Amino acid sequence: MIPVPYRVRSRRPDRADTVTLTLDPVEGAAPPFLPGQFTMLYAPGVGEIPISISGHARAGGYVQTVRAVGAVSRALCRTRRGEIIGVRGPFGTHWDLGLAHGLDVVVAAGGLGLAPLRPVVRHLAAHGSRFGRITLLVGSRTPSTVIYPRELARWARDFDVLVTVDHPDRAWRGPTGLITKLVGRAVFDPARTYAFVCGPEIMMRATASLLADRGVRPGRIALSLERNMKCGIGRCGHCQLGPLFTCADGPVVTYDMAAPLLEVRQL
Amino acid sequence: MDVVLASLEPLIRALREGGHTVVGPTVRDGVIRFAELSSAADLPAGWRDEQEPGRYRLHASSGPAEVFGFAASPDSVKRYTHPPRSSLFRWIEDTAVETPVEAPRLALLGVRACDLAAIAVQDRVFLGGRHPDEAYRARREALFLIAVTCSTPGGTCFCASMGSGPRATTGFDVALTELADGFLAEPGTARGRDLLAALPHRPATEDDREAAERIESTAAARMGRRVDLDGIRERLVEQRESPLWDEIASRCLMCASCTMVCPTCFCVTTEDADDERFERWDSCFTLGFTELGGEPVRSSGGARYRQWLTHKFSTWVDQFGTYGCVGCGRCVTWCPAGIDLTEELRAVTEEAGTRDVTTQGTEASATVSTALERLR
Repeated sequence: MIPVPYRVRSRRPDRADTVTLTLDPVEGAAPPFLPGQFTMLYAPGVGEIPISISGHARAGGYVQTVRAVGAVSRALCRTRRGEIIGVRGPFGTHWDLGLAHGLDVVVAAGGLGLAPLRPVVRHLAAHGSRFGRITLLVGSRTPSTVIYPRELARWARDFDVLVTVDHPDRAWRGPTGLITKLVGRAVFDPARTYAFVCGPEIMMRATASLLADRGVRPGRIALSLERNMKCGIGRCGHCQLGPLFTCADGPVVTYDMAAPLLEVRQL
Repeated sequence: MDVVLASLEPLIRALREGGHTVVGPTVRDGVIRFAELSSAADLPAGWRDEQEPGRYRLHASSGPAEVFGFAASPDSVKRYTHPPRSSLFRWIEDTAVETPVEAPRLALLGVRACDLAAIAVQDRVFLGGRHPDEAYRARREALFLIAVTCSTPGGTCFCASMGSGPRATTGFDVALTELADGFLAEPGTARGRDLLAALPHRPATEDDREAAERIESTAAARMGRRVDLDGIRERLVEQRESPLWDEIASRCLMCASCTMVCPTCFCVTTEDADDERFERWDSCFTLGFTELGGEPVRSSGGARYRQWLTHKFSTWVDQFGTYGCVGCGRCVTWCPAGIDLTEELRAVTEEAGTRDVTTQGTEASATVSTALERLR
């Protein structure tokens, strides 16, 4: 429960309320992480929250994207380059890319859900030959809340990238509406597809259910759950979802395991 | 091995001289509470408790002055192994300075079998996983545990149903059973055996052992409550969408009292005061417990009661391999609305859909008004 000091090496405001921090340990090396894992980020004197890891920093630390929604995330977004914050982790289960080898891959990200999927997409971009047809679907409230816009443009050279927004502005030429509409437009062989899905729970349920309806095996649809967490190590009890401790048994779970739990109101 | 002690005075003295702070039941504020004992005279000899849903009364007994003639008190061992609030670290000059763990050498005298079972449950929670809680371990290992057989279970007790009492079989250094003319004392560890050997005693006889067994079986037959565990895990999961959860919640005050007195409830939250970070007990009955992006996941009281009861009797088994309940009855006694967990378990798992919810509601308001009357 004791955080390790990390220095904010760079701070890049992504959008109005979203900041991507690059964090390096003040001393020693950062423990390795697997795509989909998270850390507990401590804003000194304010509090600690779980934030997914979006990539490796060049010096071995973590790239993490934070949206300012509460007291702690606002404090983290306000940190300046050179400042020290606390980090614990990495914790939790990961996106198992190995299981997708040789299969078509659908990555579906809703809003900030692209942050924990970024290491998956980067891996797909770097090792495309190991996989079948790759599709990245992104849903966002507005064009200006799409995170990592420059990378999206770069990834679009390697595979299909479809972005939809709920509320288009005048300049928007792409699709509008829910991400579920894009699932119908994506090209993949359902019997030979692995899906990585992350976003608001209602978006994940709708997307996963649609993918399953199209014939993707529920055991091949991975989701990343989000719950209130105080410890990240299965001790505080806050993140329980039925028998699961989301922090330790999740955040990444497969749809066959999650579906019966997510169906229960307020579980 | 087992011996009979005429008095507990030499035991307390020896533990104190050995560097232990001896803690045991005392009468405070009209209830039995754990506090430091300086002599056997501090023990609540002659006191009897009366426990029913939402009701606790302490009486001076007219009968023989039994030293342990009462059931579970609002305090449990949890207070010592997993304190209500503890400091984790201070963030000084860009680094975390860990708060040293306070692990005083405590000898707990008069621990009931249900509370020993609760320690075993908490051992699995805190020490069984990939991230053992070293502060818990230090406090736990500093304990010297002296159990006592329950002779007079309370009206809310159901340890016999949970298989955790009324007599301790494991997890103690010394176990006592109060006889008419002294205390049958059995060692559970080498240090317990050494302690007993050094005290004035007489060897236990077959009569003493038989008397202790009679006390145990009489107590087991006098449990105020019972639960039927057969198939309970599955049935609770099947009843996740039962309308009874909201009905129970209509009587529940969401006060979290049950989770505070529960000897196994382990949930915590964190608290930041300037540069210092604390961990303190939290409860799944609070709205903020599941808050995510400003909204609670379990916004309804029914969902919160369901979480608590289902965790205790179903998902706890998935997570830790035991039930999260030991049958001490504290949550029933200390519920200001008098909600009886054993009754609700029965209702949800056996009578789901058949019980007349309207009548239940009327009974419930009667219980609440009685509870409120008592508070005035």
